[in-house]
Amino acid sequence: MTRPADFPPPFSASEAIGAPTDPPDERIDVGVLIVGAGPAGLACAIRLGQLLEEAPELRARLGDVPVAVLEKGKQPGSHLLSGAVVNPRGLRRLFGGRKELEDMPLLSPVESEAVFFLTGNSAFRIPAPPTMKNHGNWVASLSELGRWLAEEAEQAGAMILPETSATKLLVDHGRVVGVRTGDKGRARDGEPMSNFEPGSDIVARVTVLAEGTQGHLTGAAIEHFSLQGENPQVWALGVKEVWRVAKPLRRVIHTLGWPLRGGAKYREFGGSFIYPMGDEHVTLGMVVGLDYRDVELSVHDVLQELKLHSLVMPIVAGGERLEWGAKTIPEGGLYSLPRKLHAPGLLLCGDGPGMVNVPALKGIHYAVESGRLAAESAFDALRRGRTAATPGVLESYDRAIRDSFIWRDLEQVKNMRQAFGRGLWLGGALAGMMTATRGKLPPGTFRTELDAEQDLIRTSRPSRYPAPDGRLTFDKLSSVFLSGNKTRDDQPNHIRVQTRVPRDVADLWANMCPAHVYEVGDGDADGTVHVQLNPSNCVQCGAITAKGGRLTPPEGGSGPEYQRT
Amino acid sequence: MFLEHHEGELQKGSLGVLAKAAQLGDDVAGVVIGSGVKELAAEAGKFGAAKVFVADDASLDAPLPQPRVDVLASLVRDQGFDTVLFAASVLSADVAAGLAARLDAGLNWDLVDLERRDGQLVGKRPALGDSVYVDVGWTGEPRLALFRSGTFDPAETGGSAEVEDVAVELEEHSRAATMVEQAHAESEGPDLAEADVIVAGGRGLGGPENFTLVEELAKALGGAVGATRAVVDAGWYPYSTQIGQTGKSVSPKLYVACGISGAIQHKVGMQSSGTIVAINKDPNAPIFDFCDLGVVGDVHQVVPKLTELVRERRGS
Amino acid sequence: MKIAVCVKQVPEGNRRLDPGTKRLDRSGEGALNAFDAHAVEEALRVKDHSGEGEVVLVSMGPAKAADALRKALAMGADRAVLVSDDGAAGADLVGTSRVLAAALEREQPDLVLFGQQAADADGAVLWSAVAERLRRPVISQVAELTVADGKARGKRQTEFGYDVIEAPLPAVVAVSDAINEPRYPSLKGIMGAKSKPQETVTLSDLGVEAGAKTEVLELSDPPPRGETKKIEDDGNAAAQIVEFLAERRLI
Repeated sequence: MTRPADFPPPFSASEAIGAPTDPPDERIDVGVLIVGAGPAGLACAIRLGQLLEEAPELRARLGDVPVAVLEKGKQPGSHLLSGAVVNPRGLRRLFGGRKELEDMPLLSPVESEAVFFLTGNSAFRIPAPPTMKNHGNWVASLSELGRWLAEEAEQAGAMILPETSATKLLVDHGRVVGVRTGDKGRARDGEPMSNFEPGSDIVARVTVLAEGTQGHLTGAAIEHFSLQGENPQVWALGVKEVWRVAKPLRRVIHTLGWPLRGGAKYREFGGSFIYPMGDEHVTLGMVVGLDYRDVELSVHDVLQELKLHSLVMPIVAGGERLEWGAKTIPEGGLYSLPRKLHAPGLLLCGDGPGMVNVPALKGIHYAVESGRLAAESAFDALRRGRTAATPGVLESYDRAIRDSFIWRDLEQVKNMRQAFGRGLWLGGALAGMMTATRGKLPPGTFRTELDAEQDLIRTSRPSRYPAPDGRLTFDKLSSVFLSGNKTRDDQPNHIRVQTRVPRDVADLWANMCPAHVYEVGDGDADGTVHVQLNPSNCVQCGAITAKGGRLTPPEGGSGPEYQRT
Repeated sequence: MFLEHHEGELQKGSLGVLAKAAQLGDDVAGVVIGSGVKELAAEAGKFGAAKVFVADDASLDAPLPQPRVDVLASLVRDQGFDTVLFAASVLSADVAAGLAARLDAGLNWDLVDLERRDGQLVGKRPALGDSVYVDVGWTGEPRLALFRSGTFDPAETGGSAEVEDVAVELEEHSRAATMVEQAHAESEGPDLAEADVIVAGGRGLGGPENFTLVEELAKALGGAVGATRAVVDAGWYPYSTQIGQTGKSVSPKLYVACGISGAIQHKVGMQSSGTIVAINKDPNAPIFDFCDLGVVGDVHQVVPKLTELVRERRGS
Repeated sequence: MKIAVCVKQVPEGNRRLDPGTKRLDRSGEGALNAFDAHAVEEALRVKDHSGEGEVVLVSMGPAKAADALRKALAMGADRAVLVSDDGAAGADLVGTSRVLAAALEREQPDLVLFGQQAADADGAVLWSAVAERLRRPVISQVAELTVADGKARGKRQTEFGYDVIEAPLPAVVAVSDAINEPRYPSLKGIMGAKSKPQETVTLSDLGVEAGAKTEVLELSDPPPRGETKKIEDDGNAAAQIVEFLAERRLI
C-alpha cells in the first residue's frame, strides 16, 4: 500500500544547522534572540524586559539590543491563527498585577457553551467533557492578541524584526550561538536580483525558539541534538473562517461527528468549533488529525460542507466572510514532547515542541507560560560568571516546565489523542476513562504513529463537497485571497517535496493543502504523476511536513497577513 | 471643460466629458490651450460647446501642466465659472490638481458619473478596485471634477461655438519646466499600464508556444500582451506581463482573456476594465461571471480566426 | 542635496470602507505604501549618486503612521517628519496639499519625490497640488530620473509614448513604479531605524489648517456589469466577437 512516508522530501535537517559564515565584525550581536513573535516568543520578550528593568547593569552589558524577536510574517500577528478560547491564566502570570484582563484584547467571555454530535441532518447535544469546560475563559483572536503582545514587548524594550525568517541555527562547537536570517531578493531560479539582500548571522548568548507548529529550526534542533520524545509528533490541520454575522452568537460551540467519518479505517479524528467574537463576528473552523487515510479528504472543503448543516447555516447565513486561514496543531501531547526542552545555548517553547492540550483545545496559555519560564532561565544564564553553557543553567527551564501547570495538564490527557487513533467510539470510551481517572487509566504509553506512515485509501468523498456558491461556500483560491496572502511570486520555491510520485500521494497532497499549492499534472507510463507547485499560494500551515514533504520558510514577509484569526 | 488635444485632434475622452457637460445644461464652455490651435477650438462647437476659449501661444506648445493651470485659473476668475471638468489623462490629472491648489477648490477625481441632486452636483466614483461606489460632493465653488478615462462618449450635435481668445500670462514657476523630447512612441507596442487594449493568456492556452496566438491578436488590435500568474509561474511568459493581485493592475478599455479561468487573484488586477471578453472552454470558469462577452470555446480555434477578422476589418 | 519624500501609510490586509465614516477603514495595522517605496528608493539613489545629502521623509497621518516611516528609515532615509493632528483627519486634496506644502517649506528641500499612486488612492494627483503651493515645477509619471547640475530630468510616460522633461531644482517629481526595484532594508538598517530622528509636528506648529472642499456622501453597490452575454462557439464565435466589439466602438 502507498504511504507518503515512502516518498520523503529532498531535505535534510543538517541544511538548517551550521556554523556562522559572516565575518565576525559583520555579525549582529544581541543579548537574547527569540525566534517567533507569537504568544510564546513575545511572553519571553516581555518577561525578559521586566527582569532587565530590575537589573540595569546586566542590561547595559548586553549591548544595543538586549532582546531581539525575529518574525517571518509581515508583522506580528500575520501568521498567528487559532480558534481561540484562551485560558487567561498564562497572561495573568506574565503581567503580574501590571495589566488587567480588561486591558487585553480579549473579545467575549465564555458564558454559555454547548457540544454537539452531528449527523448529516441533525445535531445531538452531548454533555461537555470535563476537559472542555470553558468557564472563566475568553474568546480571542490570536492574531490581534499577538499584535498587542508585540506592542507590550516593544515597550518592555524588545526589538521586533518583522519580515525576517530564520533559516539556519548557528551551532559552534556543539553550542547554539544564534541564527542566520534568510536572503531577500532572489528570483524563482535562485539567482540574486538587482535588490538582493543577503541574510545575516545574528549571534546571541541565548537563543529561544518559539516558532510555533512545525517550527523549521525547532525540528532541525530536535534532530541535531537528539531530543526526540518517546512518541513521534503528530499534527492536525485546522482551517477556519471569520465572518461578520447578521445576529450575534451567544455561545461557544464545539461539534464532533459529521462531516467526519467515525469508522476506524478512516482515522478521521477531529471536530469543529464555532465561537462568537463580540456581537458582530463569529469564527468557525474544522480541525482534523493528519493521520487520516482518505486521499480525497480536503479539510478546506469539509469546512464548506459543515456550513450547510442545519445547526451551522443559520449562524452564518446573511453574513459576510471576512477572513480565512489554516494552520497545523501538534497533537502528540506529553509523550511527543522532546525529551529535553533545552540544548547548549538553546531553549524551546510553545507549539514548536508541542505544548498543546488536545482534548481541551488549548495551547496559548502554555505558550505564554513556557515563554515566561524560558525568560527566567535565559536571564539566569546572562548573569555575571555564567553563560548558556554553564551546566545546570538552562536545565532549570526543563525543571520549571515539569513543575508547572503545563506538565500537570498534559499528564492528565497524555494518551487521549492516541486513543482516538482507534476510531471515535473506542476512542471516546477510552477518553472517558482517562478523564474520570485524571489520566491514570488506562496505564502505559499509547503509541502515536507518524502521520506520513498511514496507508492511503480512496473513497468517493468529493461527491459530498458542495460546489462553491460564493455566498456561503467558497473555493480554495478565494479562501487564499482572504488570508491576505500577497506573496511575491518571483522567489525560490520553499516547499520540498518529490515532484514525481504515485497518483495517490499526489492526490493526497492536492486535497490536503487548503491553499491549492499542489496540482496533479501529467501522468507517466510507470503510474507516477508530476506534481505541479504554486508556492506563492502557501499560507505556511505546515500540513505538508506531516504528510511526506517539508515546509521551509520562504522569503521574510511572505505568506498570509492575518488580522483577526 | 478642459479640452485636450494631441497632434491636431481633440481627444475623445475630453469630447465625451463635453457631451456630458452639455447634457447637464447651462452654460458650457470649452477651453483649448496650446499653440496653433485656433481651428481646433472651433471644432469643439460640433460636440456640445456653446463657447470655446482659446489660449494660443508658443509658450503653450509643450503639453506641460503648469502653464495650463495659469490659463484656467485666470479664466475661472475672469469668467466666474463655478465648475471645471476634466477627462483623465497624465496631463489633465496634473492640471486639475494644480488648479485645485491654486484656487483652493475641491477636486473629486476618478468619477464615472455626475448628476444634479437637490440643486447640488453629485459625483459618483468607484473605490477599492471598483468593488464599491461612493457618492461625492463639493462644499464650495468652484468645483473641479476629473472623470475616469473613456467614461462618456462624444456626441456630435453639429452646432457651432463662439470662439474667444484669452490672454496668456504665466507664473514664473510655471515656466520652469521644459520639454526636451516629446512623445516618443515605445518601440514594442503600448506599455501594459497605459494600453487601451490588452490581450491576456492563461493556462487554457495549453503551452508556452501558444502565446503566439495572444501576441498576434494583440498586435492586430494594437494592444499589449498580459499573462496570468499561473503561466508566469510555469515559465511561459515573463513576470513583467503578469496581471493580478501580485502583478500589475490594469483597466484598459478592452480586455480579452484567452484561456483564463478568472480566479480572484487575477480578477482584482483587471476587473475595472471597460469591456471584458473571455474565451475559455470550461463553461463554469468564474470569469464568465464578470465578463461582458463570454465565449465557451477552444482558444486555439477562436483566437486565430478573431485575429484574421480584426486584421481584415482594420484594413491592414 | 536635500531630498524630501512624501510617504503615506496604508492599511494592511484587504481594504474596506468604514460604513460609518465612509472613508477607508484604517483600523488595521499599516504598511508603507508600495508606490512610496519606489520614491524612497529613488531618493536614496539620487543621494548615493550625488555623493552626499539627506533624505527626509514627510508624512501626514495618525500617530500609527510612524510605522510606515520606520520602514522607509530602515531602507536608508535619514530622518522623518510626521504631521499628526486630529484636525487633519478627513482632509482632502486641498487640505492635505496645504499641510504637506507647509511641512516641506519648513525643510526647504532641493527635490521633492512622490510615489505615483493608483487612481483610486486617496493620494492620487497630490504632487501637482503640492508643487503648485510650493510654486515649484513638477514632473509626473517619471520612469527614469537623472539629477545633475541643479536640474532634474525625467522621462514621463504618457498615453502617447514618453516625453523627456527638464526642470531646474528645486522641483517636485512623482515617480512611477517602473522606475526602480526598491531595496530590502538590511537587518542593520531595520535595527538602526529606531534611533534615527523622528519628529512629530502639529498643524499649529506649521501654522496651517487642513480642511476639505469635498465631501463623501454615500456608499453604494457598483452597478452590475450588465448582462453577460454568453455564447458557445459553433465556428462563428470570432465573427460574433467582432460584431460585439464594433457595437461598442472598440474596433
